[in-house]
Amino acid sequence: MPSSSPISSVNDFVVRFANVNGSGSASANELFARSVLRMGIPVAPRNIFPSNIQGLPTWYEVRISEAGHLGARGGTDLMVAMNPQTWDKDMAGIEPGGYLLYDSTKPMPKSRFREDITVIGVPLTAICNREYTDARQRQLFKNIMYIGALCALLDMDIEATAQLVREQFKLKEKLIDANLQALHLGRDWTLQNLQCPIGLRLRRGKAVGERIFIEGNSAAALGALYGGATVCAWYPITPSSSLADAFTSHCRRLRVDPASKKSKFAIVQAEDELASIGMVIGAAWNGARAFTATSGPGISLMQEFLGLAYFAEIPAVIFDVQRAGPSTGMPTRTQQCDVTSCAYASHGDTKHVLLFPEDPAEAFDFAADAFDLADRLQTPIFVMLDLDIGMNHRLCRPLTWDDSRKYDRGKVMTAADLDAGKDFGRYLDVDGDGIPYRTFPGTHPTKGSFFTRGTSRDRYARYTEEGAPYADNMQRLLRKFETAKDLVPHPLQANAAKPTKYGVIYYGSTSPAMDEAIHMIEARGHSLNRLRVRAFPFHSSVTSFVADHDFVFVVEQNRDAQLRSLIVNECSIDPVRLVPILHYDGTPITARFISRAIGDHLDALKVTPLRKVVS
Amino acid sequence: MTYITKPKFHHPALPKNALGYTHRDYEGSVSTLCAGCGHDSISGAIIEACFELDIEPHRVAKLSGIGCSSKTPTYFLGSSHGFNSVHGRMPSVLTGANLANRDLIYLGVSGDGDSASIGLGQFAHALRRGVNMVYIVENNGVYGLTKGQFSATADRGSKSKRGVTNTDNSIDLVALALLLGATFVARSFSGDKEQMVPLIKAAIEHEGAAFIDIISPCVAFNNHLGSTKSFDYVREHNEAVNRLDFITGRAPITVAYEAGAVEVVEQHDGSKLVLKKVAADYDPNDRLGAMNFLQRHAAIGQIVTGLLYVDPEPEDLHRNFNTVGTPLNSLAEAELCPGSAMLEKINASLR
Repeated sequence: MPSSSPISSVNDFVVRFANVNGSGSASANELFARSVLRMGIPVAPRNIFPSNIQGLPTWYEVRISEAGHLGARGGTDLMVAMNPQTWDKDMAGIEPGGYLLYDSTKPMPKSRFREDITVIGVPLTAICNREYTDARQRQLFKNIMYIGALCALLDMDIEATAQLVREQFKLKEKLIDANLQALHLGRDWTLQNLQCPIGLRLRRGKAVGERIFIEGNSAAALGALYGGATVCAWYPITPSSSLADAFTSHCRRLRVDPASKKSKFAIVQAEDELASIGMVIGAAWNGARAFTATSGPGISLMQEFLGLAYFAEIPAVIFDVQRAGPSTGMPTRTQQCDVTSCAYASHGDTKHVLLFPEDPAEAFDFAADAFDLADRLQTPIFVMLDLDIGMNHRLCRPLTWDDSRKYDRGKVMTAADLDAGKDFGRYLDVDGDGIPYRTFPGTHPTKGSFFTRGTSRDRYARYTEEGAPYADNMQRLLRKFETAKDLVPHPLQANAAKPTKYGVIYYGSTSPAMDEAIHMIEARGHSLNRLRVRAFPFHSSVTSFVADHDFVFVVEQNRDAQLRSLIVNECSIDPVRLVPILHYDGTPITARFISRAIGDHLDALKVTPLRKVVS
Repeated sequence: MTYITKPKFHHPALPKNALGYTHRDYEGSVSTLCAGCGHDSISGAIIEACFELDIEPHRVAKLSGIGCSSKTPTYFLGSSHGFNSVHGRMPSVLTGANLANRDLIYLGVSGDGDSASIGLGQFAHALRRGVNMVYIVENNGVYGLTKGQFSATADRGSKSKRGVTNTDNSIDLVALALLLGATFVARSFSGDKEQMVPLIKAAIEHEGAAFIDIISPCVAFNNHLGSTKSFDYVREHNEAVNRLDFITGRAPITVAYEAGAVEVVEQHDGSKLVLKKVAADYDPNDRLGAMNFLQRHAAIGQIVTGLLYVDPEPEDLHRNFNTVGTPLNSLAEAELCPGSAMLEKINASLR
C-alpha cells in the first residue's frame, strides 16, 4: 500500500530523465520537452551534466508549468530512470506519491523500489532487441521508445511529437520513418500492457503564445551579431564555448556577402584567454566591434589586459557565462560567482560595467547594447550570463530589433573634425561627462595620432609620472563611471499589492525562481517589494530602494553575497540592512529555496516583535 | 618619452620622397634609451625604410609590449598611432588590430624578454596564424629596464655583467619562426644599417608574417667580455648569407648589383628582392635548407644574418578567413545588421 496517494496533476509537474552521458538520450529528451511546448504548455528544461564526454551520469529535467513558472522547482514527480549507476539517488529524489518509469527487461528485487511511489516497468531493452539487430540502433531507438511510452502514460498528443520528428529529420527521410516506428512501438506496448494514463497528464493548452525557445548563449551570440560585432576571439571553456559556436553559425548564415561569398566577420580561436582579450582590445582600439566569451577561469587569466582596457580606455565586450568556482570548481554547474572578480577586475583602482540579463531575450538585448555601451564609455562591458541561462533552452519573449536603430559609436573624432581645427586630447574631458574623444589609427596624415599605453599620461596622452595629472586622470575615470550609471539598463521594481517594510533584490538567472517564490511567500502571509538589478554601476534607485525599506533581502547564487557586498561598498549602505539569501550548491536556485529562506526569516520576525516588546 | 619635444624646424634642402616628406616626418620624439643603444639604430633603420618606401606614416600602426625595445615606437613615426600594450602580449593586440583593418601596415616591435620569455606563446601563435605584419625583435639577451637579468635568448655559458654564468639553453627565435611557418624570416645586427634597411623594407612589402630578429647589444648590461650579444662578439661571429636590395613593384627601378651572385625574388605584391649572395649555395626559398644552414652555423658559433627564408606567395590570416576587402572597422549597420524581418524569421524557427 503506498503511504502517499499518487500525485494527480495536469500540466504542472516535473519529469526527470536519468541517463548515461553519450548514450544519445539528449535529443530524445529534448524531443519530449519540445513536444510539450508544441501542445501549448510552457516547459523549462535543464541539463544537469558532468564534465565528461561519455559514461558518467547525466540528467535532463523538464519542468512543465501551465502557469509559466520557468525556474527550477526542485523534486521530481516522474523519474525516467535509465541509468543503473544512479538508481538509488534517483529513487530518493522522487516526491512522495510520484512515479518511476524504468526498463523492466531485467527483473529488479522489490527491495529496490520505494513503497510510496508508483512503479511503471516497460521492457525497453527486450523490445529493442526483438526489433533491431544493430547495437547503435538498439541504443538510440530505446531512447525514442521511452518517449513513446510517456506519450501513452501522460496522455500526450502524439501528433505533436511526430511532427517534430518530421521537422528534425526533414533532410534525412529514412530516419523519419525509423524514429516514428520506435515512437509507436513504445506507445503501443504501454497502451496495451499498462494502465494509461497515470495521474500526471498533459492537455493541450494556450499558454505558450508567441514565445520562443532558445539557449541564452545562442541569443547572446545573435545579439552580438545584430549589435555589429565583427571580431570574436575566444578560447574553449564550458559553459561559454557554445556562445562562440553559435556566433560562428549565425555569421555563416547572416554575415556572408551573397555576391562575393566573403565574410563580414573574423573569428579566432585563440591560444588562451590572454590572447583572446588581447585580440579584442587590439580590434576595438582599431575601431571594430569585438568580443570574447569566457567563464570564471578565463576572467582570472584576463586580469592584466582588463586593467589596460580600463586605464587606456578601450572598448571591449566580455560575455562571462558563469560556472561554479573557485579554481576549476564545478565546471558544469551554475553559479553567479564572478560578480566581484569582474566588477573590480585587475590590479590598481579599477571598476567595470556589468550587465545581468535574466533570460535569453534579455541576453540578446544586452549583448547588442553592450557594444553601444562599450563604444560610448570606452571601457570593458561584461555581460554576466550563467550556465543556467546560457546552456539551457528557455522559453522567452520573441527577439525584437528596431530597424531605425543606429549603432552608437561613441565619441570618435574624424579627419573632418580634425581638419576643422577641433582640439584633440585623447584624455581631455571636453563634455564634462568624463568621456574623452578618440581617433582610430589611420585617420589623418598629420593630426589626431596618439600613443596608447598602460602607463600614466596627461590629457594629451603624453607619458608622465607626475602626481597631479595622474590623479586628474583617475578622477576623470570616476566621473566616467558616474556617467555610466544612467546609461546602463536601470533596475526594475515591482511592488507588492499591500504596502510593506521589506524588499528583495535579485538579478540574472534568479528571476523566474524569484517571481514564483513571491507568490509562495505571499501565501505565507508576507509581502515583499522586488527590485531586479540589471547592471553595475548601480543606478540611484538601488540606494533609494534600500532606504525605503526596513531591510532588504539580497538573493544570489554564490557563497559570499557578492552583489550584496557591491551594494554595501558602492552605495555606502549599512550591511545590517541587507540580508543575504544564498544558494550555491551548483544547482539552479529554486522558488522553494527562496520562499523557505525568506519566509522563515519573516515568520521569525512575526513571532517575536522584539522592538514592540521592549518599547 | 614625450616630455622632450623635438623642434619641427628642418633644413629646406633636406631630401624629400615621392610624397614630399623628409626624414623628419618619419621621426618620433627624442629617445630616452641609453646613449649608444642598438635599439636607436633600429628605430633609425625603420625611419629610413618607411621614408624610402614612400609610406604615409599614419597608415602604419606600431605596436609593442613592455621593455626597452617596446618603448622605441615612441621614437619613430610620430604621426602613426602607437600601442604600448602589456608584457609579452603585443602579438595578440596586433592580431586583433589587423583583423579590424586590413588596410594598414602593422609593425610589431618587441624584445627578447617580451617575445622569448613571457611572450613566447603569443610570438608562436601570431606567426603560425600568418598575421600580415612586420615583427621585429630587438634582441640583446638581457632585461635592461630591470637591470641586467638574463632573458631566454641569452646563450648558454654567456656571462652577465654581475659575473653570473647562464646555465639555461637559449631560444633562437629565428629557428622557431622557421619552424612555425613564418613566411619571411631574417636576422640582422643593429650595427649594420645597410643590411637592416632593405630587410625592413622587404618585410613591410611582404604580405604575410615577416619576422626579423635584430641583435642589438645592450650598452649598459650586455656589452662586456663574456657576453655573446656584445658589439665585438657579434661582429666577429657574424656570417651574412646575403646582402639585400629591395625594389618595390610600384617603382621598378633597377639597381646596380654585383654580377655572378645575384638572385631576384619577386614577392606576391610585385615587389622584388635582389639578393646579393655571400654564401654561394644559399637558397632563400628553401625552408628546410634554411633550418639546416642555421643549425650548422650555430654549431660552430656563427650567427647567421640576412634574409634566411621568404615565401613569395605567402598566406595570411585574412586570406584564410576569406574576409571582405573592406576593412571590418568601416562596415556599418547596413552591412552588419540583418534587421527585424530576418529576426522575425529566426523567431519563427524557434517555436
